[in-house]
Parts: sequence; C-alpha cells; structure tokens
Amino acid sequence: MRVLSYDAERCVVCRSCEEACSNTFFREVDAEKSKIRIRGSEDAPRAEFCNQCGECIDVCPTVALYRDKRGVVRLRRELCVGCLSCVGFCPYAVMFWHADESVPFKCVACGVCARECPEEALEMVEVEEPLPFGQ
Amino acid sequence: MAERVETNRRVLAEFSYDPAETERGYTGETLYVNVGDGTIEARPVTDVMKEQFIGGRGFGLYRLWYGVEDDTKWDDPENEIVISSGPCGGITQYPGSGKSIVVSISPLTEIPVDSNVGGHFGPLLKFAGWDALELQGKAEKDVIVIIDGPAGTVTIEEAPDVPVDTHLVGHWLIEELAETEDDRYYTSVVAAGTGAENSRFGCLNFSFYDRHREAPRFKQAGRGGIGTVFRDKRIKALVVKSDPVRGDSNAPADRKRISEIGSKLHREIYKYDDEQNQMRKGGTSYLVSIMNDYDLLPVHNFRYGRHSEAHKIDGDVWQDQFTQGIPDGCWYGCTMACSHAVDKYELRTGPYKGDHVIVDGPEYETIAGVGSNCGIFEPWAIMEINFYCDTYGLDTISFGTGMAFVMECYEAGVLDKEKTGGLELTFGNAEAAIEVLHQVSRNEGFGKIFAQGSHRMKDIFVEEFGADRAFLEDIAMEAKGMEYSEYVTKESLAQQGGYGLTNKGPQHDEAWLIFMDQISNLLPTFEDKAEALHFFPMFRTWFGLCGFCKLPWNDVVPPDNAETDEPQKIPAHVQNYVEIFAGVTGQDVTEDDLVEQSETVYNFQRVFNIRLGKGLREHDAIPYRSAGPVTVEEYESRAERYDKQLREDVGLNPEGMTTEEKVGALREHREEQYEKLMDAVYERRGWTRNGVPRPEKLERLGIDFPDVVAVVEEHL
Repeated sequence: MRVLSYDAERCVVCRSCEEACSNTFFREVDAEKSKIRIRGSEDAPRAEFCNQCGECIDVCPTVALYRDKRGVVRLRRELCVGCLSCVGFCPYAVMFWHADESVPFKCVACGVCARECPEEALEMVEVEEPLPFGQ
Repeated sequence: MAERVETNRRVLAEFSYDPAETERGYTGETLYVNVGDGTIEARPVTDVMKEQFIGGRGFGLYRLWYGVEDDTKWDDPENEIVISSGPCGGITQYPGSGKSIVVSISPLTEIPVDSNVGGHFGPLLKFAGWDALELQGKAEKDVIVIIDGPAGTVTIEEAPDVPVDTHLVGHWLIEELAETEDDRYYTSVVAAGTGAENSRFGCLNFSFYDRHREAPRFKQAGRGGIGTVFRDKRIKALVVKSDPVRGDSNAPADRKRISEIGSKLHREIYKYDDEQNQMRKGGTSYLVSIMNDYDLLPVHNFRYGRHSEAHKIDGDVWQDQFTQGIPDGCWYGCTMACSHAVDKYELRTGPYKGDHVIVDGPEYETIAGVGSNCGIFEPWAIMEINFYCDTYGLDTISFGTGMAFVMECYEAGVLDKEKTGGLELTFGNAEAAIEVLHQVSRNEGFGKIFAQGSHRMKDIFVEEFGADRAFLEDIAMEAKGMEYSEYVTKESLAQQGGYGLTNKGPQHDEAWLIFMDQISNLLPTFEDKAEALHFFPMFRTWFGLCGFCKLPWNDVVPPDNAETDEPQKIPAHVQNYVEIFAGVTGQDVTEDDLVEQSETVYNFQRVFNIRLGKGLREHDAIPYRSAGPVTVEEYESRAERYDKQLREDVGLNPEGMTTEEKVGALREHREEQYEKLMDAVYERRGWTRNGVPRPEKLERLGIDFPDVVAVVEEHL
C-alpha cells in the first residue's frame, strides 16, 4: 500500500506540509484543516497523519469508509452522515473534523506535502503493512 | 438489492405538503393522521409546546391530552398514538441521539404510557418535515400509512398483500418502497405483529437499515401495549422516507459545540468501554452476572435474586452469540453500539421453524425476564422467545414477568394441565412457554388468557379457577396494570418507590437506585430517598423529551468520575447534555433547567393519570413480592438476613416465632416503611399526601392551564 513516511530528524517544523495540505483540499491555509499535523517542539518534532491502518473502516455505521485499490483508506462523502465515530475511534487521533466541514477528513496519501517538504522529511513509500504511527 | 416485490396497494386518502425545513431541532409542524375518516393535516407546533413540553414524550402527552376525553378508553377511536423524537433527536455526532418516544393510552394500565425506542423512524420523520406524528381513529380494514418526505405526500393505503409479522412486513415494505439502493437507508418502518392483535401487551417495532448486514433491523417500543392500540386501529405499518441524512440535517444552532462533545464521548467509549461495561461487545447482557452476584436477578417470579445456573445465560455467553465487529448502533453515531444481534439463528418452533433469522438482542431485560425469572437457562429458548415476541409484536418484559407469574401459579396449584390445555407450565419448561407465545399469535388456547396480562389474569384465575385473590395480589408482579421490569427490589426501599411511584407503571427508566440504596447506603433517610426519587426520575426521563438514549449517560463513565462530588449523577455527562441541548436549540441552559423541563412534563403526566382515573396514592401501591418475602419458602431461603432485620429494624426476637409469624411481622414493618416513603416523596415532589400535584406546583412549572388545574382541584 502507498503511505506517507516521515523522518523527524530532517523536519525543521517549517509547516510547509500543513499549508500545502489544507490549501490542496480546502483552498485555504489553516493548520486545523490540514490532514497532517506537526506537533512537539522544534527540537523534537513529530508528525501526526494516517498510516492507513484501516481500523476506522469497521467503526463506520454507513460503510462510507473503505480501502481503495492502492490500499489507501478513503471516505465516500455521499454516504457519510458526519457522526464522527471514526474520529473518536481512530487509534492515533488522526481522523480530523472541523466546524466548517460536514464530514471528517484524513490523509489520503496524495503526496502533496511530500513534494512541498524542503527538507525531504516526508516521502511516499510502498509498504506491505502499515508503518508504525508517526514514521 | 433484493428483487422488488409488488403489492396491490390502493390509496384511500392522500395529502400533499411542502416539507418544513428543520431549524434548531424543530420543523415547527406535527402531522395528524386519522386512519378512520381519512383526515390528514399539518398542525403547528406552538411556543407553549416548545417551551413547556420540549418534544418527544412532552409533545406526545400534549397532543394526547387534547385528543382524548376524560372517559376515553384505550380501544376508543379517539385514543391516539403519538410518535416524536425531540429537538436533539437526529443529531449524528453524540452517541444515543436517535430515540423516539411513543405515547398512547395503554391497554394494560388504561392511563397514558410512554415508551422509548431506537431505530430511525423518529429522526427520519423529522427530516420528512414533522416534529411528531399523531395517529387517531380506527380503520375499517388493515391500512398502512406512508409519509414520503422527498415526494411531499402522506397516504393512507390498503395493502392486503403486506404481511403482519414484523420481520416480514419490514423487509417487504422497504424493498417495495425504496426506489434506489440508497433509499433503503433513509426509509424506516413501524410495525407490530399478529401477537399484538390478540394481547394487551403488544409492542411496536421501529426499523433501521443495517448497512453492514444489508437488512432491516428492529428496536422495540416495548412497554404498555402500544402495539395493541396500533393493531386495534388496524394499522399494519407506518413508513417514513426522508432525504439522505447528513451531519447537519437537524440544523443545530452550533454544530461545532455538539461535535466537540460528541467526539469527546466517542473517545471515552473507545478508551474505557472495554474495561468498564463492554457494551460494544455484549450490550446490556453484562448485567446478568452482576445482578446475580448481588442477589438482584429475578428468579422464579422474583422469589429469589440468584441462581446456580445463571452463568449459562450471562454476558460471556451472549458475546459469543452476537456477531462481533459490526457498529451496532440503532442510530448513526452511537458508538456505545449496544444493539447487538444474533445472525442466522435457525428457528426451532412455530410458523417460521427452520428459517434463518436475525435476532435483535437479547438485551438484559429479555434475558432476565424470559430467562431466569421463568427458570429458563437455555440460550436457544431465550433467542426463540426474543425473536417471536418481536415479530409477533409482544413486549418481552411483560411476556417474561407474566409467564413467571403463571409458572408460580402452576406450581402453587392455581393452574393445572386441565386449565392450561395440557401445557405443563412449570419453571424451566421452555417448550411450554414458547407454545403459549405461539398461542397468543394464533389467539387460541391458554394463550388467550395469558394475552390479557398479569393484572387481568388475576381476575380470571379467581373468578374461573377459584384462586385465592390475596395470594395472587401478592405474587403478580404488576403495578397500575403493567408488569415489572427485571430487578429484585426486596432489599431496596428506594427502588420499591422507583417502581411504584412512577407515572406509567413499574419500569426502571425513571429510577434505578438499588446500588445507591442497598449496596452503597447513600440514601439512609427517607429524605435522602425522597430526594433521589425526585432527581433521578426527573433527570432520567428528560432524555425522552429530547430524543436521547439514557445509556451513554451512565453506561460508560470518565475515569475520574468516582472523585466527583456526586458520582452517581455522572456530572461530566450531565454537562454534556447541557451543552448539546444548547448547541441544538441555541438556548443556554443549566442542569437545573433540564430537570425543570422534565419536572413540567412529569407533573403534567401525573395530572393526566388522575384525569383518566389512576393517579392517586392508592394507585401507587405495589405487590408485596416486590417489598419482601411472601412465602415461607422465600423467607427461609434468606432466613439469616430477615431474622437480623427483625431483630435490628423491628425490635423483635425471632427465636421462638414460626416462619409464618416472622413473614407477617416483617411484612407489617416493610409495608409501613413504604407508606412513609410515599409521604416523603410526595412532599418532595410538591404533591399532596394523596399524590396530587398542588396547584402552586403547576403554577411554578407554567402548566396551570384551566383544564389541568380543574383536574387536581377535584382531589384537594
């Protein structure tokens, strides 16, 4: 499956990834609308984003969440009732919601953030099993 | 999608409308349908309704009050069935926010009954434009009522091909009426069944479409016989269709506020449910072993609270039976997900023998009622009774408690094979109990007597079989005409009141005080008990005004709950409801406001009971079986406990007394305690010693309408 990978040692917390993500999906720069969040301190940063583990799929009452052919967990907006079950039940708290949006959102491994990362701290990789969270 | 079925439906009456938009939880209109004369009309929701009655049960009681006369009986055409969710019903973000409340005059109690139920009907009704549905009249032939929000039509139709039993009618109508695959998701059916036609304890089944199982499933408005009223009106089914549900379908004033609280509770359930009650794995079935451990599980018609075979029907057994890993919520976003099901259960008896069906449940009340209370410890039998009660439209609680009464009567010699038509109705005889269930559906044999419910069976057993009335009055676990739900209350005076001092009859939704009272001793005085019997009935029934389920309030708790001032109230969760009510309606409220909202409707219901002839002190009496040991055998089974109480509480030395004398002495004491409890509770609730709400109380609550005050003035 295709997933995002993160190297904390390279990250300089410039937040280019957050900006690129929210701008791509919501046409605005707002870290609260980014599907990747850089946390921690500048000395010890960490990234929070979906590792495509898929646990949310079984929690969804409307079968709106599914794994696509590339192995990425995606949301069918037309089936979602905005109940936020997946938000509460994401093991890593990386299914996000925002008051402006009627449905939750998560990393879909599109690679925009990796392309924008000036330090190459983020990259897209093909894996057999989900990577440990945050890596 | 399954193949479409065709029916020869014929429209008898039609009404077109432009569905009102939901705004802050209300559409502002209720739908009136008279299945007798074909009248269909919209009725406005007034400010008084919203401010004083809120929604749900409040709207139901309000519409019913003005729909019936003082002498209306349950089977008169003017009796109504009112279904309403409430302003918060239909939000998807907070667990347990899709309940409906059904109100009608009960065939069991002959006063208003309210019964809460999951499934999608109430919220979809709102999203089809209606805050409530008010059904009146009596059709000449069987009809279905279809409320089609997207089409903007309401029709009353004849549909002779449509079956009556719920699991068939639900499937049939959804396949018939859904135009597309997704339509099934936003269609809900209400149905009763053949049993509801012939008994007084018929239930209503409310459907929700289970997208994982790709099948309709059902939740039950079980209590009080509203399914009986439904079939008496010759309604076979109700159907509602709405536009697709979305996170903002309920149009809350502040969705962010709701989402914050909702996602927080989802997280709490995710983290703590497994170590607390495991509702997600087994629903309420976890209660069986707890109740057994504390001597509270009803066994053999509430004679005992424990049984050596209880482990055969406890939560572990049901976790194995229930299909795991499916989000079993009865409304969107309920991650407590207690609506479990047994899939592909093969029926062993009855008209559907050999069919593989979905059994919705069983839940604790069913397991204890038709299981331990009847001495039945075989899971297959509990599933069989659960399924058939649902599809025949019968309340499993009344069935279980009524059957336990019959079994004790059989063992005491009140009944025998001749009187039961050859059925040996001893405790534990599952086959005989199941045969009675089928007889109710077929309206034959002993089932015709059983179908009348415990209250009326007493009369029949006395008048036709020469039974000792005093004995039957002691052991028939009913009050106001309704069968008890499934907890042994002998050692908790507060819970005796929690059942007896209820509006609709002995159902534990008003108060569940046994642990507080009996185990933790938090209610040592009459005043303490009275305070609990004020607060908890008000708070716990508030859920029914708004469309909420009670379970997410206290079936999971924050880890620091025990350190709060009042852990039994789950203060953090009470605050959740304050936030959500405000987030939906835009009205900022406090915890006290919620309790007062509930108190208003509660007192209105009490006055309604008085209006219909059953709301005074004498009607709050309870059978002695719920307060203490009736028989020598019962006393001797816990002799040490009772002897100690005689010494310490009554001041008698039990040595030298016969068991009969000890039973009598303990009874005198306990009955006196219950009378004192009634005095204290009435005082706290602002009622007279006769249980009548005082006019100044009604004035304070803003329901001092002339016709309401007139009812109480007759009793001052």
